[in-house]
Amino acid sequence: MNFQDIIFYVFSAILIVSALGVVTSRNPVYSALLLVLSFITCAGLWLLLEAEFLAITLVLVYVGAVMVLFLFVVMMLDINLARLREGFWRWFPVGGIIALVIVAEIALIMTGSYFSLEEMPVPEPKGADYSNTKELGRLLYTEYVYAFELAAVLLLVAMVAAIALTLRHRDDKKSLDIAKQVSVKKDERLRIVSMPAEKKD
Amino acid sequence: MNFLPPDFSPAYSEIFILVMVCVVMLADLAAGEKKRYIAYWLTQLTLIGCAFLTFTSLSEETTFTFSGMFVDDTMADILKLMVYATVSAVLIYSYTYVSDRGILTGEFFSLILFATMGMMVMISASHLLTLYIGLELLSLSLYAMVALRRDSFEATEAAMKFFVLGALASGFLLYGMSMVYGATGSLHVQSIADAIRSEVAHHEVLVVGLVFIVAGIGFKLSAAPFHMWAPDVYQGAPTAITLFIGSAPKLAAFAFVMRLLIDGLGDMVADWQGMLVIMAVLSMAIGNIAAIAQTNIKRMLAYSTISHMGFVLLGFISADWNGYSSALFYVITYVVMTLGTFAMIMILSRSGFEAENISDFKGLSKRNPWYAFMTLILMFSLAGIPPMVGFYAKLAVLQAAVNAGFIWVAVAAVLFSLIGAFYYLRIVKLMYFDAPETDTPIIVKSDVKLLFSANGLAVLLLGLFPQSLMGLSLYAIQNSM
Repeated sequence: MNFQDIIFYVFSAILIVSALGVVTSRNPVYSALLLVLSFITCAGLWLLLEAEFLAITLVLVYVGAVMVLFLFVVMMLDINLARLREGFWRWFPVGGIIALVIVAEIALIMTGSYFSLEEMPVPEPKGADYSNTKELGRLLYTEYVYAFELAAVLLLVAMVAAIALTLRHRDDKKSLDIAKQVSVKKDERLRIVSMPAEKKD
Repeated sequence: MNFLPPDFSPAYSEIFILVMVCVVMLADLAAGEKKRYIAYWLTQLTLIGCAFLTFTSLSEETTFTFSGMFVDDTMADILKLMVYATVSAVLIYSYTYVSDRGILTGEFFSLILFATMGMMVMISASHLLTLYIGLELLSLSLYAMVALRRDSFEATEAAMKFFVLGALASGFLLYGMSMVYGATGSLHVQSIADAIRSEVAHHEVLVVGLVFIVAGIGFKLSAAPFHMWAPDVYQGAPTAITLFIGSAPKLAAFAFVMRLLIDGLGDMVADWQGMLVIMAVLSMAIGNIAAIAQTNIKRMLAYSTISHMGFVLLGFISADWNGYSSALFYVITYVVMTLGTFAMIMILSRSGFEAENISDFKGLSKRNPWYAFMTLILMFSLAGIPPMVGFYAKLAVLQAAVNAGFIWVAVAAVLFSLIGAFYYLRIVKLMYFDAPETDTPIIVKSDVKLLFSANGLAVLLLGLFPQSLMGLSLYAIQNSM
């Protein structure tokens, strides 16, 4: 067993344990943190597969941005766990059997000869001057440029939809209109009342 | 290495619509709430522009561009033109309805255009990636549109169900696609077909992928047993949105099946034929029998959609030109009929009143004989009574099934559509033989009146002269295979 194998097994073990923790943990904050751990170990596995760029993006985007947002949401929302778990054991036998059948079916395919090491040989390791990022960028902006642009449109739709569904114009909001404030005239603010002089007694 | 820029000309209409969506969004932002009609007319103009661009590129040749991810063939052009016409009609029908209900926002128009773009991408996709992204572009816009009336409990519930089940279906589809990729080593539809033909791909792995893909397609087509979302979404969404969901996306779904199942996995016909037979028969059974028990007309039409999708699948199982072109014919006529039926529901609705129950059709012939007659034509056509076009659509599909040797399936289809005739004819009975519950006059804008009359008459005329549309369907399929 060489060094790479050891790293692979250590990382895989951490990944499996933390992934199980994500779904079994009772505290949603723990779940989110365990998900962060599984992302990081996953990134380690990708590094072993010579996918440096993807590994780094996984850490940057998912761990750095998405999961932090998740943590915020989990901490800010008051999630009623008891209600979420309601009926879990009632439906567990049915769901469990279906899950077992699907797992068995997938295992039959995956462990068969179709995806064995002879069918899928280990690719030649690339040289030190080979840039993964450059290759990905080249493909993304040449061959896959159509799909890439469409994915951008998809994000635009998500943005439009999110705004359409959540933005509310309220009449009672307390916001300032700076232009209105600046253009105010004297007679709007100041009322001159003429009063007869009063005698001090 | 040198990089040659792709040929943009086949995709001019897609590029145009993307630019115009941004223009519509910005113009609406500048125009503000009082001048929503600007966004409306810009959207209509966009559709006309797209139609012009697609029409000028109409040819019998098949061109690929964007490194084979985009295909432009006769079927794509014809389907796209149908989509533009349908979306345009949807907009005309729903303008008053949505403005009465406070969902006439700028997003309504931009989301409709985004969905249209998604359909166009699906229609001319020749790569699993573009097929999937087009589908998501369409679905994502639809989820948001269902929830657009966000203070209504039914609408948000329907949107939630639609979103969760749609995401599940996408998961199925992606899993199946990944299996197909694993077996064939390519995402290009043509290369997948080549790999299957030359038998280098493992058949077992392909079948596993196929099962998931068919399940995903079943969800998107709302075919039984994957139909559960349709009744709730049809009922919960605002009628204008239901009209949109029920019409144009079916054309795109047809293209999706053609590209993925026929072009890509066509040589696995022995494997998917059986699955489609089961789905078709189940859809026709569940759709027609469950529709009888409904009192909500939108829910009833959802079940009717399920049964009609069963008929469309029936066209695919024969796996030959005749079958595909009859399925295309069926989809087109179905879209025309759906447009008319939902338009009628919106005509009966008015500000503060939703015509949702079958009883709202009571005595329509006394309130407005012309609309009652148009509805009669539409209902007869949906039931498949000659000489309406719905009859020829059913006939063509059944002929294809019988020619391919699926006689018992055809017999079952006829039996179930006989059962289905009951609930369409019940509406006709309510319109002509029952006393009206209200004498509120039906006030409709003249463009809706004109379009609705044209829609109803088209169903009748296409039924009297079905050859032209059948010829068009056959031409589209033959030139694209």
